[in-house]
Amino acid sequence: MATETTAAEGSSLVFHPMDQFIVKPLFGDGAIAWYTPTNVTLWMFLAIAAIFGLLVLSTSKRAIVPTRMQSVAELTYGFIYKMLEDICGKEGVKYFPYVMTLFMFIVCANFLGMIPTSFTTTSHFAVTIPLALAVFLTVTILGFVKNGAAFLGLFWVSSAPLALRPVLAIIELISYFVRPVSHSIRLAGNVMAGHAVIKVFAGFAAIAVISPVSVLAITAMYGLEVLVSFIQAYVFTILTCVYLKDALHPSH
Amino acid sequence: MATEPIAEEIAGSCVDAYGSAIGMPQLCFDWFPNQIFWLVITLVVIFLVLSRVALPRIAAILAERQGTITNDLAAAEDLKAKAVEAEEAYNKALADARAEAQRIAAEARAEIQSGLDDAIAMADLEIAAKTAESEKAIAGIRASALDSIQVVAKDTAAELVTALGGKADAKAIDGAVDAQTKG
Repeated sequence: MATETTAAEGSSLVFHPMDQFIVKPLFGDGAIAWYTPTNVTLWMFLAIAAIFGLLVLSTSKRAIVPTRMQSVAELTYGFIYKMLEDICGKEGVKYFPYVMTLFMFIVCANFLGMIPTSFTTTSHFAVTIPLALAVFLTVTILGFVKNGAAFLGLFWVSSAPLALRPVLAIIELISYFVRPVSHSIRLAGNVMAGHAVIKVFAGFAAIAVISPVSVLAITAMYGLEVLVSFIQAYVFTILTCVYLKDALHPSH
Repeated sequence: MATEPIAEEIAGSCVDAYGSAIGMPQLCFDWFPNQIFWLVITLVVIFLVLSRVALPRIAAILAERQGTITNDLAAAEDLKAKAVEAEEAYNKALADARAEAQRIAAEARAEIQSGLDDAIAMADLEIAAKTAESEKAIAGIRASALDSIQVVAKDTAAELVTALGGKADAKAIDGAVDAQTKG
């Protein structure tokens, strides 16, 4: 996506759809070192607070008959637990805290990003690439630790005709290494695109004639983005489960 | 956005002099270390919170609820069995009471019947005695009436014979009257 800066044209139309993704220091205007508290820090910590409120504070009463918030926490727990168990089987349940961490972080960051003027941490490749790489490395290491060399059977499609197997092995190998790329870009790309589109519509709202249409479009996009926020977190998590299944049961 | 130009060295290579993004901020590698650093901290914190506190607690709540439901179902089953038992006992008591009532009624009926039979027998005896007495009295009356008829007949016959100019033969008249009244 190219820069849409058309400010100097003298018109009232000013598009800065990408400015919402700028990382800024929280205090002062200094340069950004690796340790500087930035808006990234703020919104990630808000995600932690949201997760803490949702899963810890809401369950503090340990009610047999749950309150509304507690049943939300229980449903979330059951949703991810069942997903992991369905895909990976009983052995996968061991990795539940890890999968739950990924899901809760992404879903909370996505929804916090839907607050107007907020900063969406999951729209950055710098966030999604480490997440996807972590999954990729975990699955690869786990696969070799659990299965030894038999993990390479993942690339050797034993149900295919013998002549086809080397070709398939190359394709499987490529697709295996493309996983972290698609895994990370899918999440950041979806979130970023939606936010940028909303910002573009917002830029059009400056023209009085177009502004009702613009506001309607923003509303519609916002609804779609709420959906995307959840679906992308879900997709990221379910793919993590699928990759984990490969590590636990490498046979096709 | 900021309208004042800002110092080039502070803005870095990703933001222009007006504070707007140059290209995609997502591809600004100046910011990568910062984002990765805070991401790692965030993930570690979330992982610790989830694995130490939240997930065991929710698992415990769910298990406890499951246990409670199972216990309650068992208790309900028990109570249901007890209710069935109580109903059976009630029905049995009812049947017993009904049988007892029928027995008492039959007894009473038999008692009354026997009393009635006695009374009827006694009344029959009395009636028979009275009938016999009456029959005797009637027989007496009939005999006396017969005697009177013979006497009257003889007298009348003697008178008639006399009136007709005959001579009243007492013996003949007696014989005739006896012969007439005998049949």
